[in-house]
Amino acid sequence: MDELEKMLLVQIADLHKVPDGAYNIRKNGEADGRRSTPHIRIEQRKDKKSGIDIFISSETQGESVHIPVVITETDYRETVYNDFYVEDGADVLIIAGCGIHNCGQATSEHSGVHTFHVGKNAKVKYVEKHYASGDGNGENVMNPTTDIRLAEGARLEMETTQIKGVDSTVRTTRAQLAAGAELVIREKIYTHGKQFAKTDFSVALDGEGAGADVVSRSVAAQSSRQEFYLRIDGNGKCHGHSECDAIIMDDANVVAIPALAANSVDAELIHEAAIGKIAGEQLLKLMTLGLTEQEAEEQIIKGFLS
Amino acid sequence: MLELQHISFAAADGDTNKEILDDVSLTVSERFVAITGPNGSGKSTLAKIIAGILTPTEGKILFNGEDITGLSVTERARKGISYAFQQPVRFKGLTVKDLVSLAAGRHITVSEACNYLSEVGLCARDYIDREVNASLSGGELKRIEIATVLARGTELSVFDEPEAGIDLWSFQNLISVFEKMHARTQGSILIISHQERILNIADKIVVIAGGKVSKVGTKEEVLPGLLAGRICPALEN
Ligand SMILES: Nc1ncnc2c1ncn2[C@@H]1O[C@H](COP(=O)(O)OP(=O)(O)OP(=O)(O)O)[C@@H](O)[C@H]1O
Ligand SMILES: [Mg+2]
Repeated sequence: MDELEKMLLVQIADLHKVPDGAYNIRKNGEADGRRSTPHIRIEQRKDKKSGIDIFISSETQGESVHIPVVITETDYRETVYNDFYVEDGADVLIIAGCGIHNCGQATSEHSGVHTFHVGKNAKVKYVEKHYASGDGNGENVMNPTTDIRLAEGARLEMETTQIKGVDSTVRTTRAQLAAGAELVIREKIYTHGKQFAKTDFSVALDGEGAGADVVSRSVAAQSSRQEFYLRIDGNGKCHGHSECDAIIMDDANVVAIPALAANSVDAELIHEAAIGKIAGEQLLKLMTLGLTEQEAEEQIIKGFLS
Repeated sequence: MLELQHISFAAADGDTNKEILDDVSLTVSERFVAITGPNGSGKSTLAKIIAGILTPTEGKILFNGEDITGLSVTERARKGISYAFQQPVRFKGLTVKDLVSLAAGRHITVSEACNYLSEVGLCARDYIDREVNASLSGGELKRIEIATVLARGTELSVFDEPEAGIDLWSFQNLISVFEKMHARTQGSILIISHQERILNIADKIVVIAGGKVSKVGTKEEVLPGLLAGRICPALEN
């Protein structure tokens, strides 16, 4: 087992832990357990779409909600809509994750559409982990869409990680920030084989003093492909920073397309992008410590994505 | 014991080859051996040839009698050669603890890692979880680099200008770091340095100028000439 795989195990172990607090476990399209708490209510959606509504009251302070999705069937496709209503002043940790184990020949696909209505001065930490495995030739597809609406003074921190096994993914994130709201996004992606990952972030800084910090770190190995579209619109006095930092290996291909749109003289927007192979001197330094070139590579990637 | 026999090194410089080292022979068997000489004379190049990062165009390298000229960086490291870079490398994401653990070659406890950091004068608790990235100062990075070589504790350790960027107050400590290290490894420590105080502790000093060994001897033999000749060697060319 290499270092990378060990790290992956930690990823799924987290997903399989029985959660404390409120939770909703979805397995092959069925509810496989649900618990509401005095402050956090989880309900079936009222419309025809599949998915849940999660109501997080103002009294919620430092509680968590887990909403893992597990798919073990082949040839299974679903689109799930989950809406989060976070009341003013709440402070909550939301852990979503999707694990697909596809042993069959056909495609398994999960598209999760998550909408966050975050009230004034509320604080949300949203952690999302994607993992897939399988020994068939079936493709694992995940297309998460995240729609974030932050009211005045709200803050949302999103940590999104996709490390291995997802053959195709289009990750779409939209955000609208009112005055004084703050959005932090940390994305980590590792692709290999013939995998394809596309990230499409678009953040609108509408209110005075809104701020966004979006950082994507990725490693593209073998003949995988990655695309990044990072757009920030500054519509008033605001500050936005986006960064795309990619390590490219073997025959991989990475495209980064940043866009900044300033619609106000007081908008301060910055973008940084760097794509390159692992620096030769980093490999050499670790080799002088006794690591082989391959071990050095694994350590550098593991550190970069941790 | 390390033995360099007739080492030459040329680097491609445009269309021509630039001779950087020319027939360098020396042995390192003493406790402390210092290499000194003007900027650009080839000292770091020699250190990289010892570590296996550069391959000499001519000559042989023997380590404990074995010809290691054809061995890779990894193989030499495993045979007991360590090298602290003149310009340490930064890593996004790897922490100080990760790096010291990798250097030690095993999983080490936080307190073990802290010991190495304290030895180089870093308040360990503040650094152990820091990333070895651009946020570290030059001197901090340099000390961490030294700590990785301490953690290895090999038979031969090569330090390339370890004092560069280290504040004056810590100077004496740096010397005692080398002394303690020798007490532990019983090996040889090869230090590239411009500092008289470091040259003073050397059992042997090698002066390299213009890619050649211009003088070898004890500090009594070498230092006086070196200091006298310091007037302005750069202007001679
Ligand atoms: N790859 C290269 N191509 C061309 N010239 C090189 C290359 N590497 C080193 N040199 C040159 O070789 C000479 C020796 O460099 P080296 O780094 O070994 O010097 P040094 O003695 O360590 O100097 P300092 O005291 O400044 O650290 C210098 O003139 C340098 O510019
Ligand atoms: Mg040098």
